[in-house]
Amino acid sequence: MTLVLRDVSAGYGGRPAVSGVSVEVPAGSWLAVIGPNGAGKSTLLKSIAGLVPSEGTITLDGRATSSMAARDRARAIGYAPQTPLIPEGLSVTDYVLLGRTPHLATLAREGPRDVAVVTQVLARLDLTGLAGRRLRTLSGGERQRAVLARVLAQQAGLLLLDEPTTGLDIGHAQSLLELVDRLRAEDGTTVVSTLHDLTLAAQYADRLLLLDAGAPVATGTPHEVLRADLIAEHYDAAVEVLSTGQGHPVVAPARPVTHSSHGE
Amino acid sequence: MTRARLTPAVLATALVALVAAVSVSTLIGAAGLGWTRVVGEIVAQLTGGVSPLSEREAAIVWQVRFPRVVLAGLVGAALAVSGAAYQGVFRNPLADPYLLGAAAGAGMAATLVVVTAPSAAGWIIGPLPLAAFAGALGGVGLTWVLGRSAGGGTAVLLLSGIAVAAFLTSIQTFAQQLNTDTIKQVYTWMLGGLNTSGWHEVLLTLPYITVSAIVLCLCGRLLDVLAVGDEEAASLGIRPGRVRVLVLLAASLATAAAVAVSGLIGFVGIVVPHVVRLLAGSSYRVVVPLSLIGGAVFLIVADQVARTVVAPAELPIGVITAFTGAPFFLLVLRMNRGRVR
Repeated sequence: MTLVLRDVSAGYGGRPAVSGVSVEVPAGSWLAVIGPNGAGKSTLLKSIAGLVPSEGTITLDGRATSSMAARDRARAIGYAPQTPLIPEGLSVTDYVLLGRTPHLATLAREGPRDVAVVTQVLARLDLTGLAGRRLRTLSGGERQRAVLARVLAQQAGLLLLDEPTTGLDIGHAQSLLELVDRLRAEDGTTVVSTLHDLTLAAQYADRLLLLDAGAPVATGTPHEVLRADLIAEHYDAAVEVLSTGQGHPVVAPARPVTHSSHGE
Repeated sequence: MTRARLTPAVLATALVALVAAVSVSTLIGAAGLGWTRVVGEIVAQLTGGVSPLSEREAAIVWQVRFPRVVLAGLVGAALAVSGAAYQGVFRNPLADPYLLGAAAGAGMAATLVVVTAPSAAGWIIGPLPLAAFAGALGGVGLTWVLGRSAGGGTAVLLLSGIAVAAFLTSIQTFAQQLNTDTIKQVYTWMLGGLNTSGWHEVLLTLPYITVSAIVLCLCGRLLDVLAVGDEEAASLGIRPGRVRVLVLLAASLATAAAVAVSGLIGFVGIVVPHVVRLLAGSSYRVVVPLSLIGGAVFLIVADQVARTVVAPAELPIGVITAFTGAPFFLLVLRMNRGRVR
């Protein structure tokens, strides 16, 4: 699904947390929203999901999301929050089945098709062996995969992932992002994620959107956006932008030369 | 696939427990009829044969004992299922039917009725249950309105429930202190009891409790969705606010109906759903229907104890539910160390 934002402002109350965002995310591509803490990254994702009031237009394949019924929108957009609330007593299967909610009538039960979808999603995310386990018994990485599985069970064409690698070590973060990338390649799913790790963002996203204080300050390929001067200005950080052997930018912190030596 | 479902085996076990509780409670009572003779009476009723019981004794079974068992089952089912529902709506394991001011409202209204002692003549329903019913709904309604006006979040609602309860209880205490001669009557009602019951009370509560139970059982899946948080629930296409109103309405209606006929019987709404969770998992699709049956069993057994242990006198059933329920609950908690969240 192609996502287009035109002059989107969003937030609660008088002062919007995000304003004037225009961006196009072609079907099957990955946009990473980056920016310092409090830049409005999460609010932007929530506004796309219809969870915070917004102005401007947000369209999916040309259709305004504001005109979609809640259930239709939930079939088109899957959203994983930064810190999902985990109902710890539920089994992995029951939790993932909740992702079928938009495909069911309000008081209906899941049918064989829903069960088939969930079985397939569990297999794809290597969760089949954990299907009967209560969520509380899972490790952090397994939980993140379970959350992703719940979102995938929605079978939405657009995935909104708010810091999907929070709390994961580099290995688990990498395997989760590889998984998302594979889904995107295989299903043509469009992905919009926030990522605080700029190096990872550069490796997985096609394009980056840099927000600062709610306003878009740069959009483009990772090479275009991850410039030392831009990062210095908006993150208030001293960095060096290096390059991996594959040519991806690497954002490395660079301590100011005048730093005090250890042991003083 | 390992889905939480009410399997036929689990349902059958629960129903067997219910039938056993109903049978034992109907066969054994303070009147000393002898359980074999009561069985004879039941067989006679079913087959049209000759009963070993006299007409008066038969009336004890059918007009006193059996309706009381049925009422205990209804009240227990209502309190337990509302407890499960409140816990789901508030995502708070400590929520129970009395949390939102239902008990305080009912208690205050009942106290006002007792101290003003209006004539019961000409009332189809006694003024006390009517007042308790209205008071319970009024208490929850007040909590809801005040909670909404202060922002409407889960925590705000719980806090306004506490404030409303404190306020209503203060009115109740004031009224009581002005009328110390009626304190015993008020306390007897507050400790709960099913000793004044007959078919009248059963018919009075049955419609409300049935409707509420059906609504809550249908909402089991939605309560599971609420468990992932309002934002995610909304991202799954449901409206958490509407689900919450529907569930609270149904649960409060059931609570009010129960309180109206039984007074305040504590602990059922907390202990039963938690035991169900420990035994059968925490999906509300299982917790809601099993709490319904489990609550009925628990209160029928508790009432059996209440009316036989110091016969011919009776213990308040609220004393029994706390005295037996609390240690049992602690035992189950211990057995499941670290698994309760």
